[in-house]
Amino acid sequence: MTKHRLFWPAAVLVVMLLANLFFTPDFFAVRIKDGHLYGSLVDILHFGAPLILVALGMTLVIATGGIDLSVGSTVAIAGALACLHISEASDPGSVSTVLVAVALALAVALVLGAVNGLLVSRIGVQPIVATLILMVAGRGVAQLITDGQIITITSDPYRLIGGGYWLTVPFSVLLAGAMVGLALLLTRSTALGLLLESVGGNPVASRLVGIRALRLLTLVYVVSAVCAAVAGLMISSNVSAADGNNAGLWIELDAILAVVIGGTSLNGGRFSIGGTVIGALVIQTLSTTIYTIGIPPETTLVFKAAVVITVCLVQSPQFRAKVAHRRSVSRAGRSSESAAAADLKAGA
Amino acid sequence: MNTTLTDRLRGQLPLLVTSFLLLVMFAGGSVQYEGFFSGQVLLNLLIDNAFLLVVAIGMTFVILTGGIDLSVGAVVALSTMVSAWLVEQHHWPIAVVIPLVLVLGTGLGWVMGWVIHTFEIQPFIVTLAGMFLARGLCYTISVESISITDSSYTTMAQTHISLPGGTFLSPSALIAVLVAVAAFVVLHFTRFGRNVYALGGSEQSALLMGLPVARTRIAVYAVSGFCSALGGVLLTFYMLSGYGLHAVGLELDAIAAVVIGGTLLTGGSGYLVGTVLGVAVLGLIQTIISFQGTLSSWWTRIVIGALLFVFIVLQRLITARRRT
Repeated sequence: MTKHRLFWPAAVLVVMLLANLFFTPDFFAVRIKDGHLYGSLVDILHFGAPLILVALGMTLVIATGGIDLSVGSTVAIAGALACLHISEASDPGSVSTVLVAVALALAVALVLGAVNGLLVSRIGVQPIVATLILMVAGRGVAQLITDGQIITITSDPYRLIGGGYWLTVPFSVLLAGAMVGLALLLTRSTALGLLLESVGGNPVASRLVGIRALRLLTLVYVVSAVCAAVAGLMISSNVSAADGNNAGLWIELDAILAVVIGGTSLNGGRFSIGGTVIGALVIQTLSTTIYTIGIPPETTLVFKAAVVITVCLVQSPQFRAKVAHRRSVSRAGRSSESAAAADLKAGA
Repeated sequence: MNTTLTDRLRGQLPLLVTSFLLLVMFAGGSVQYEGFFSGQVLLNLLIDNAFLLVVAIGMTFVILTGGIDLSVGAVVALSTMVSAWLVEQHHWPIAVVIPLVLVLGTGLGWVMGWVIHTFEIQPFIVTLAGMFLARGLCYTISVESISITDSSYTTMAQTHISLPGGTFLSPSALIAVLVAVAAFVVLHFTRFGRNVYALGGSEQSALLMGLPVARTRIAVYAVSGFCSALGGVLLTFYMLSGYGLHAVGLELDAIAAVVIGGTLLTGGSGYLVGTVLGVAVLGLIQTIISFQGTLSSWWTRIVIGALLFVFIVLQRLITARRRT
């Protein structure tokens, strides 16, 4: 069943990767230069790592039936804080400075996530509204931290996080991989995943059977903020600069899109981390492909719109029912599934 | 008797708080800054935020039904882009371009509403796709900003409508006021308006009462699309250019204005007058920050965020108490 759910997102990813062969024949070539891995595939992983992380946090939030719009602002705030600390430190190149900077960014993310979580769980504000506050104010805060400027820094240890290599592989890919692995372990080998799905399915029932739903709700927003903060560190580290205005702009939408492509329902109660990772890679591949084909990168948005609508229609039971009805096949369940699959293929 | 009175007061509380806030801000600004206390400063609020007001009015309809429309900023941008493109590069007359843009916006809103209703997909995600689509379409027209030199547009931009006391209004501001009055009448004195409130209050009940739920839901998104397109036209008058990056984040300002105006985001309860006051609060924050001079523009966003926080928690406390 799980295998089935991941099949179509994965197929889309493979088709998109293969399509690239038409435009860049050596698309799949991966070579080692100066002890580093190079190639388009490595690039997709490398540039996609922050999105994978943000989408990972978003998956857990969406699994509880919520949504976190504030991740983009958290990305900007985390990068701004870390870069500010490093730029003002007496020894920007030292490991201890960088560690303090990272700790600062993560600590602020903990606070921001807790505020979101408490608003949702204790005060009972709709998630989209609760996180909207930080989305609006957060960009202002990030610009306040950077004083409206772009802070550029030179620090080799900091550069490692998003732009460096370790064991010939981009460090950001390893970091994202480790966090995804940890999340998979926690949600699939312990009861945590089950509890999350239970809270997403029916928070009241969950509370009645003794799950600490409120605490769990708060926790997912904290995790989402921390994931966003790490992504923010990666993005600012990769360009060695913090830009309060543009860092992480629109990333919340990409993350939601990745989650939806990955087959997680926006209604909560069901989630797939593997699907999200595939979804994030689909989006990154889409961007890379459009860039390499030479279509103006800005029109990526039109393609994204098509993908969002297709995926949502496929997920909608009403749509499946209608398509099935029109084709007047006797077995409604089976036909709607294959029709949905065909549409996904056509749309992507 | 007593309880109904307090209940009623409680329902009006967000509106009262917003009005009070507006008065305090204006009074504070008048005491603090020279030249702040004048009719023209108030009118400038309307002139500078005419497009936001029109967009926020459309958003009020959507939010009253319990939905949300994230596409408004992008539709505004698309309207400026299409207007500029047709007027400057194809030399179409303004009398054709503006109706065309309005039909385009309304149509886009209608389609989104139709998808939301027919396939029961969350409004948030459908209008998000609409936002991607509209912004993307802007860039397929042109990646660069197109400036408008057409005389009918510059006339609209420069016309001053004189008012008593040496003050003036722009045509855009006048249009915004007319839209507000029309929306007020529609929401509070027509069957459609009552259907909007009923749908937001409880879709189930509305359905059982035999109200046209489908038509109403699709219509509010069409109204929002129309208002966004009209807002785009007003922004074209204001900016005299079409650009894919116009009105980035406008959807948030519009939602913030509606919320600060006391409309519940869960739908069913709210005031159009509140939205007008909400837009005034947002405008006044900007005016005060520009009068202050030493404060940076990003303080606007932080203050708006803080206000949103206060109002949302306030709303929550009020509704929570009403339910128990």
